[in-house]
Parts: sequence; structure tokens; C-alpha cells
Amino acid sequence: MTAGNMLLEAAARAGYYALMTRSSGPQIRGGEAAAMLRIACHPVECMEERFHILAAVDWEKVQRFNAEIPLLPDSLIVGDPDQGPPPEVFTAGGARQASLPLKKLAKAIPEGRANMVLLGYVAALLDLPEAAVVAAVEKTLGKRRTALAPSLAAVACGRGEATASGLHFPLAAPPPVTTPRWLITGNEAAGYGALKGGVRFAAAYPITPATELLEWLSPALAEVGGTLVQAEDELASINMVIGGSYGGVPALTATSGPGLALMVEALGLAVAAEVPLVVVDVMRVGPSTGIPTKSEQADLNIALHGLHGDAPHLVLVPNSVADCLRTTQWAVQLAESLQAPAIVLSDQFLGQARAVVDRPADQAGGAGRVVAEPASPGYRRYAVTPTGISPMAVPGTPGTAYTADGLEHGERGRPSSQAADHYAQLDKRKRKLDDWDYGEGWADVEGDLAAESAVITFGSCTGPVREGMARAAGDGLSARLVSLRLLSPLQPARLAAALAGVRRILVVEQNHTAQLYKYLRAECDLPGRLSSLHRAGALQFQPGEIHRHLVEWSQA
Amino acid sequence: MNDAAARLAPADYKSDVKPVWCPGCGDFGVVNALAKALAKLERRPEQVAVVSGIGCSSRIPAYLSSYGFHGVHGRALAAATGLKIARPDLTVIVTGGDGDGYSIGGNHFLHACRRNVDMTYIVMDNRVYGMTKGQPSPTTEPDWDSKLSPDGTGLREFQPMVIALASGANFIARAFTGDPNNLADVIVQAVRHPGFSFVEVLSPCITFRPEQKDWKKIVRGDALRPTSDVPRAARRMLRDTGFDLGVLYAGERAPYAPRRPRGRRAVADLEARFEI
Repeated sequence: MTAGNMLLEAAARAGYYALMTRSSGPQIRGGEAAAMLRIACHPVECMEERFHILAAVDWEKVQRFNAEIPLLPDSLIVGDPDQGPPPEVFTAGGARQASLPLKKLAKAIPEGRANMVLLGYVAALLDLPEAAVVAAVEKTLGKRRTALAPSLAAVACGRGEATASGLHFPLAAPPPVTTPRWLITGNEAAGYGALKGGVRFAAAYPITPATELLEWLSPALAEVGGTLVQAEDELASINMVIGGSYGGVPALTATSGPGLALMVEALGLAVAAEVPLVVVDVMRVGPSTGIPTKSEQADLNIALHGLHGDAPHLVLVPNSVADCLRTTQWAVQLAESLQAPAIVLSDQFLGQARAVVDRPADQAGGAGRVVAEPASPGYRRYAVTPTGISPMAVPGTPGTAYTADGLEHGERGRPSSQAADHYAQLDKRKRKLDDWDYGEGWADVEGDLAAESAVITFGSCTGPVREGMARAAGDGLSARLVSLRLLSPLQPARLAAALAGVRRILVVEQNHTAQLYKYLRAECDLPGRLSSLHRAGALQFQPGEIHRHLVEWSQA
Repeated sequence: MNDAAARLAPADYKSDVKPVWCPGCGDFGVVNALAKALAKLERRPEQVAVVSGIGCSSRIPAYLSSYGFHGVHGRALAAATGLKIARPDLTVIVTGGDGDGYSIGGNHFLHACRRNVDMTYIVMDNRVYGMTKGQPSPTTEPDWDSKLSPDGTGLREFQPMVIALASGANFIARAFTGDPNNLADVIVQAVRHPGFSFVEVLSPCITFRPEQKDWKKIVRGDALRPTSDVPRAARRMLRDTGFDLGVLYAGERAPYAPRRPRGRRAVADLEARFEI
């Protein structure tokens, strides 16, 4: 993993875009692990359907990664002959093999490590400039000076071996870097987006794959004057967030499916009591404990429909690593403006992938929370207003004390079992979400806007769909792409406009039961013939798979 | 404190909302005692937030003129913790019953004691679920007969004072709604004491537990004497009748505070860590 991160850093410094995902065995620490990288001259948002190089320190238990690391006959397998031959699952496709006696080479260098020899070897195969690799190693080991010299010696050794081997997988020379770039994970981007949106309080219970978001946020919040508190469970964390936000401080928590399941009761409270908050659900494979370390888009149903009663709320989905920033920031802004809970459906792929991205554009600030003026005579916290938004008093303010309540209530917040109050408050809470102008952020609409075919997708499917569509366009199959960012409230009129003239639509999503497809069919009058491409998670869609499907679809 | 605060009377801390409680409910005494205590503490109503979960006693926030939060069942301590950490300037009081606090919210009770956030938790213990019309709670006697658990639960009663002590609450007391002046006095002490203060209040439910009318004959005022010595308080609990009133424990543990001081950096300054 260390070598993978250094290779990513080196590629970034050399002017490339790159993406790295990780996979590991069930051991808590140590054990087999794979770092998967794609390096290119253009932005990369997904892996391709094959890898050019598989480089292994050893072969113990690596068979488990077979499905994630497809190889082709022109791929190269690099392994240490002293560790035995590569497993047949990798060699069966006819990939070439190169022997590199890693352990022996590393042993010849005092304190030398095999993974650093491998790093130097692979970087040289790719023609990555030596200076970029050295800088990446120096950055990573900056605080451990004693490890630096042996590491650089091992890298140089690997480089020499690669040169001597005559093997070569040169990357195309990157175009000059003209705009700032970041190296960031989706979880970090979401955390930074939360701060940019104004979050200053967070409560957290650790859960894979959301923990890194919380770990990034904890010291960062302290630096900007906020607080993160570790809760005893997700029931506590969501209620702490509600308490903090009720106190006037924009608040957030992050979790994954099992935690979201525990939070839905309190989310209903936030709807009824009109308390703004954001929950980032970094989705993993479900149901139940599922596969904690793999990605799936199967929490859409619970995010949309998990709350009991009629409980309008916001559901947003980032569609790239960088977009985790924009979407989380927007979610905070919307939650604050609309005094409603917002669920951000990130996923394990977006959250844990580390990518070189163009610096995301700065977003405009939100409207913010409408706060009640002090000493408002006859203050009505839940006043039925034309917009549905009623000024929210901040505790500590004289003359506007009220009780926030999950019980149905009248305009002053007092419990009511009257049907008229129930209808008025239900309408108010729905109206504020329905009537808000969400602007252009509801979706990314791109591709051939005159095409008669359209693909609708969301979240981490967007990367492979975008790339698969680009390949199909090369075959003359042009289509529009709609990547939905705002899933609730859905924007049927905007969607209809984006799809005007379309004769057929394909909905692509990563879950077993076509949750997005069914939701769209229930909520929208979509034009033309509607098809679904859905597959459960654990393995991401690949552009080649989308491309093939688009070709078949066009012939159907 | 200011002059305006000093002039507020207990009645100024009550709202005009009529309680849903049965005539004779002990919880009326807690509203009165809270109003009296807040007046004595000279906290302005807007500087106070009363947080609750679900149950008869959890209705209290609406009956006071302070800020209130009536949330979901069992989670009042969590909501209050978030509020107090986000807004340390507020006086935060949590009210609830034995079902809310010791059953569905039991885990939060343990961790609120451990966390020692500076707030006060008042539990009105009537040893029954009243709002759902008479089911046994964690503090109900094992042989108490009910429709849901005929012939009793057979379960040993939950020991809130012992558990609060073991879990790290910084102030632990027991009071009785039949003596509202003493109750108000205990609440004043609890609010003033730094850290997590826990007040177990014997609050009879004469509707579903009419025999609790006799509590006034059993309680022993001033039976508990405050100590800051945990083993001593624990030994005292071995002789506890469940009706001994007073302050059991007043500890000296520092209240919760974020371990890292709050910085003043601009958010945009954090961007540098992502730059290549």
C-alpha cells in the first residue's frame, strides 16, 4: 500500500492524472493487500477492464484479488522467483512474466525493503521521471529520515533492474499542467465539503468505509473552531448531531448502511422538528454487515424511503471523487436553508479511492438558515409560511423560546393531535422542499444532447458510464448522459427537459434490484423505451462492460 | 446574573401549556421544583434548554418557558450531549422517566455518566410505563403483575444510583416529589455541580401504581450524605433501601472538554494539504 501511494504521488508530480483503489484480505492489520492504480493523461474516474502490470512482493493468498485484477495477454506479471510462480488464475490468460528477485535485491541493501525495489522497477517501466519518484518517497518518509536513504537506494536498485530487463511500458508524455490539481480521497473531499458548507459540529461512530472521513474531519474541525465527539453508537451520534444543530451549529455525521439503519428514527425526528443536518452514508455492500470493504449502490431505497410516516428530506449523490466535495457542501447548504435532514450517498469506491483531480471549482455560498429575530412577539417556530420555511430560533435568544418536537404540533410547536395541524405541517414540510429552486446542480447532463438515446445513472457508476459512452460514441453510438445528483426531491420537470426528444433510455446502477430504475418509473413520465442495466456491487462497473452493453442495446 | 434575572419568579419559568398528566401525578412536583430551582439559579429562561425523550415525564419541556427539545424515545441524553458540546454557554437539563432512561436509553445513560458533560439529568422514576398504560419498567419489582408480563417479570430491579456511580457520574442524588422544596434544592445543587449530575426522583404514578401513594411514609429524608469518595458512596449503596433521600456523591472529576483547543484557521487554509 505504501508503494502504491508513492507511485500515485509520483505520477501526480509527473503531471499525470491517476486513480488508486485498494483491496485487502480480512486481516485487521497486515496480510495480503493490493493497490490498484490507473495512470493517464486525462482525468480518470474508474478502472479499466484490464491492468497492464501486476507486480507482486509475494503470492500469498493473492488469488482473492483475481476478479479485481483482470489481465490480458499483453499484460506483464512481475514476481519474485524465490516466492514461487504466480498463481494460475493470473497466468491463465497468457500474460507475460518477468522475474525480479525482490527479496534478494532488497537484502543486499542495508535496511532495504522489497516494496521499494518494486516501486523503482515499476516506475521505470512506466518511464516516470526519477525526480518525481524520489520526491514522492521523500514526502512519504519525510518524518522518518533514517528510512529515506535505504528506500531511495532500493528504488534506484529497482530502476536499474527495469532498465536491464529491456521491458518497457512507457506512459504517453503528459500535457503541461496548467491548472492546480489535488490528490484527494472522496472521504477527504466530503469532509472538506462539509467544512466549506459550514459544518462545525460532528458526532461519530466508527464504521467501514466511512471512518476515514470522520478521522479526517476530527482534527480539521478543531482547527477551524469546531468539535467532533465520538458517540457510543449511531443512535447517539445522530441524536447528538440533532442536538448540536438545534443549538444553531451546522452539524454532520458520517456512517455506512448498518449505521444509517440505526439512524432512521432520528432522521424522522429531524424532519418533524425541522432540524437541519447531514448524514454522509458511504455505502458498502449490504444487507446487514454485508461486505464492509466493497462498494454498492443499494442504500438508495432506505435513503429515499426508510423513514416512517410522510417524511420529506433531501438525498444527494456525488458522482466522482472530487464531486464528494461539491455535493457534501451543497447538502449542508440545502439542509440549512430548508431546515431538513440531507443524506449524502457516497460509496466505498468514491470514499476510499485516492485520485489526482483538477482542483474543484469554488461553489457559491448557500442561503443559510433563516434565524428568528430576538424578542419576536408571538413567535411561532413552525409558522405556516408561503415558502414552508419558518424562522428558526437559536437557543440563548430572548423572546423566542420554543420546544422543538417530534410530536405533531401546531405553529407554536405545541403538541397537537388535530388533523388540521397535521395537514398544515405536512404540507409545510413538503412545500419547502418542493418549491425550492435547486438550480443546475440537480444533475450533470452531458454527451450528445441531440441524440435519441439517453443513459441515466448516479454516483460511482458515472465514471465507467461516461467512459463507456465515449467509446460507444467512437462506434457512432451517440447518447446523452444524465448523472443525477439530487435524488430527493426528484426534479421530474428538469429531467423531462433533459430527455426531450429521447426515444429510449437506459438506467445504469450498481444494485441487485434496480432501485433507481423503479424509483424513476414511479416518479416520472419518462419518454420512449426504458431499460435497466443493474448489477450488484463488490465489483465496480468497467467502461468496457458499459460499452458492450450500449452496443447490444443499440441493436435490440 | 443581572438585575432582570434576579427579578424572575418561579411562575416565569412555566409555560401556559396544560400538562397531559393524571391528577396526583408526581411529575407536577418536578415542574414546580424546576421552576423554583431555575429562579433560584437566576438563569434566564432563554439560557436554559430542557431536553427530553418520550414518556409522561418527557413532556416537561413544553411546560416550561425555557428552550425545549422533545425528541425520540431514549435518546434525550445524546441530543443534550450534542447541544451542550456545541453550545457550552447554555444550561442543559435533561428530563425523563425510568423506561426512557434505564431501558431504551440505558446505553446512553452509561456513556453520559462516563463522558461527564456538564449537564443535569433528572429521572422521574415511577417504576412503570405510564404513557402506554401500565407495563413494567427496569425499576419495577419482579413480582408486579401486568397484562404484558403476567405474574411479574421475575427480573431484578435496575439500580440507577449504583450504575451512575460505577459509570462515572459526577453528582448523584435521590429526591422525592412529595418534598418539592428539597427537590428544588437538590436540582440547584445538581445544576451548579460541574460535570454530569444525576438526580433520581421518586415520582409516584398513582394511576397505575396506586400503592406508591405510601412512598411518602417510607422515604427517609437526609439519609444520604454527600461524599467525594467513590468506595464510601458504593458502601453506602449496599445499605440503600431505595427510599433513602439526599446527595450520595459529589465528585471532583473535571467535566468533559474537547481535548484539542478550538483553533481559528480559515477553512480555505486546509486546502494546501490536498495540493500536489
